[in-house]
Amino acid sequence: MRHVIVGAGPAGVVAAEQLRGHDPEAEITLISGEPEPPYSRMAIPYYLIENIDEAGTYLRKQSGYFDEQRIRVLHDQVTGVDSGSHSVALAQGGSLGFDRLLVATGSRPLDLPVPGGDRPEVHHCWTLEDARAIVRGAQPGAKVVLIGAGFIGCIILESLALRRTELTVVEAGNRMVPRMMDETAGGLIRDWCESRGVRVHVDAKVASIDDGRGNHAAAVRLENGQVLDADVVIAAVGVTPNAEFLQGAGLDMDAGILVDRQLKSSVDGIYAAGDVAQGVDFSTGGQSVHAIQPTAADHARVAASNMVGRHQAYHGSVNMNVLDTLGLISSSFGLWMGKDGGDSITVHDPDRYRYLNLQFEDDRMVGASALGLTEHVGVLRGLIQTRVRLGVWKERLRKDPSRLMEAYLGATRPIGYNAHVL
Amino acid sequence: MAMALKLEPEKCTGCLQCEMACSYENEGVFNPAKSRIKVFSFHEEGKFAPYTCTQCEEAWCMHACPVEAIVVDMATGSKNVLEDVCVGCKVCTIACPFGTVNYEPDSGKVIKCDLCGGDPWCAKACPTGAITYVDEADTTYERMRAWAQQAPSAPARFNPPKPKEVQVFER
Ligand SMILES: Cc1cc2nc3c(=O)[nH]c(=O)nc-3n(C[C@H](O)[C@H](O)[C@H](O)COP(=O)(O)OP(=O)(O)OC[C@H]3O[C@@H](n4cnc5c(N)ncnc54)[C@H](O)[C@@H]3O)c2cc1C
Ligand code: SF4
Repeated sequence: MRHVIVGAGPAGVVAAEQLRGHDPEAEITLISGEPEPPYSRMAIPYYLIENIDEAGTYLRKQSGYFDEQRIRVLHDQVTGVDSGSHSVALAQGGSLGFDRLLVATGSRPLDLPVPGGDRPEVHHCWTLEDARAIVRGAQPGAKVVLIGAGFIGCIILESLALRRTELTVVEAGNRMVPRMMDETAGGLIRDWCESRGVRVHVDAKVASIDDGRGNHAAAVRLENGQVLDADVVIAAVGVTPNAEFLQGAGLDMDAGILVDRQLKSSVDGIYAAGDVAQGVDFSTGGQSVHAIQPTAADHARVAASNMVGRHQAYHGSVNMNVLDTLGLISSSFGLWMGKDGGDSITVHDPDRYRYLNLQFEDDRMVGASALGLTEHVGVLRGLIQTRVRLGVWKERLRKDPSRLMEAYLGATRPIGYNAHVL
Repeated sequence: MAMALKLEPEKCTGCLQCEMACSYENEGVFNPAKSRIKVFSFHEEGKFAPYTCTQCEEAWCMHACPVEAIVVDMATGSKNVLEDVCVGCKVCTIACPFGTVNYEPDSGKVIKCDLCGGDPWCAKACPTGAITYVDEADTTYERMRAWAQQAPSAPARFNPPKPKEVQVFER
């Protein structure tokens, strides 16, 4: 069996390993569109603060690992897929035949859609190449304007501030991380960041990036007329799936490649996983793009199993994020914004930057968001994903919402190996 | 022979010796807050339950880690955090549905049970036999549900934000 995987991020790498585990004889080719060994974008923030070097971002650290696994790594761009003849076309010439194809090409950042958005001072923060450029430009004391305070923007925010740059954040929405936290929590994150010396503008739209004033290379002009000096501008204003090369291949698409519970696309023999895939959403039962690392790994495992003919149905992804903004840790899970007809329990202690919001449908938890909760935080995923009926525990949580572990232990038997010991 | 921690909540008196032993042996301090095993109390029923990582086969934490900082210890089957590789991204803490991987703001890394390399201190410290380290085949009976309809305790497990060092500019 010939397996071709396009994309060598976490989805591609985990899938390649799983395929090898399932089938020692298979021919496995992993195609990376970037020159570096397969690496993790998620590690970039730690590279920016010089906590790790480039090698620290590599998904697999042992040298010769892929050779040892007999996974052939090709550095090339796939430019097209012929689903009739089952082959992919390569930018450097030639094509490659497959029996099963996995598309794991992830997404890429959107350009800043304003005049001057393509100036040389404007960077994305998505690839190692981007990160190298940011390290060069964002030196201590440099004026940096970060456009976009979504999840990815806020992760980079911390790195930029820790690099001791003079940082200003511009967000078009009415709060920080608007797709991860509600207004109360988003407001607290903003207060915290400002108290740490980061300037934050919300409800602020960028009009253009212009020539700089004085010795600053650029100036960010806002629609409200304000002008922000900038030595470096970082754009984190959303992403789009890398799927153009599939044009004409006949795959159904929406916000990403639509895949079923087997992670199979609408075309036989072609699967998709990770950020590029729009797969089953655990919370809604519909299909969503959950562009997060845990979903990439889960997708890859299920896809690989189905690619070798071991039928496995995906339970669906729970959207979840954890974010550290200069020491204030936030997290959100599932339907954190609640469900129609549901109810919620909230703890709000702004002086200590504490916040917890639990969302229920009947006596089942369907979503949650928290500030400052670091111990046993994963149990929120457990409570949601087991769909456990909380019974008496819902009232007990209302009295003391911090008793999440007790509620989980009390209401369920943990899933998984060895759990029977309890 | 595969060994596992056997937790028998009905034998637990809530004395917290396990938490003390764990934090002392692994973190060098007697501080339950730094223990990898936690005793949860159910005041409504007057019961206690020790709980920690079950070293589950799914290993959600390990698969979610972006930098291969969680690895299987071949000798014990435990999933261990490599402290020098961990970047502190915390993705494992939300990926583990049992809530047994915790972020430690002091070190900027995560901690979880590693079975103390095959000689777990919590089991040695437990005076009532509520925590034992036994052949896995022997651990099949207890059901979480049995002891699991209970109540109180526990200080909120929130941490106030710990400010990170940044440059503050006059503006
Ligand atoms: C700065 C930053 C911080 C992040 N932090 C977090 C976090 O804290 N938590 C979290 O859950 N997620 C985080 N993410 C998101 C996470 O990195 C992604 O969800 C994850 O990388 C998705 O994996 P993937 O394998 O689907 O795609 P990617 O990692 O994007 O990999 C895609 C691969 O496909 C290749 N490719 C694309 N097109 C082609 C082509 N035509 N031909 C050949 N190869 C191609 C690319 O070169 C790349 O190798 C972060 C992302 C960034 C950028
Ligand atoms: S916090 Fe450390 S161990 Fe956990 S996922 Fe991140 S890097 Fe891996």
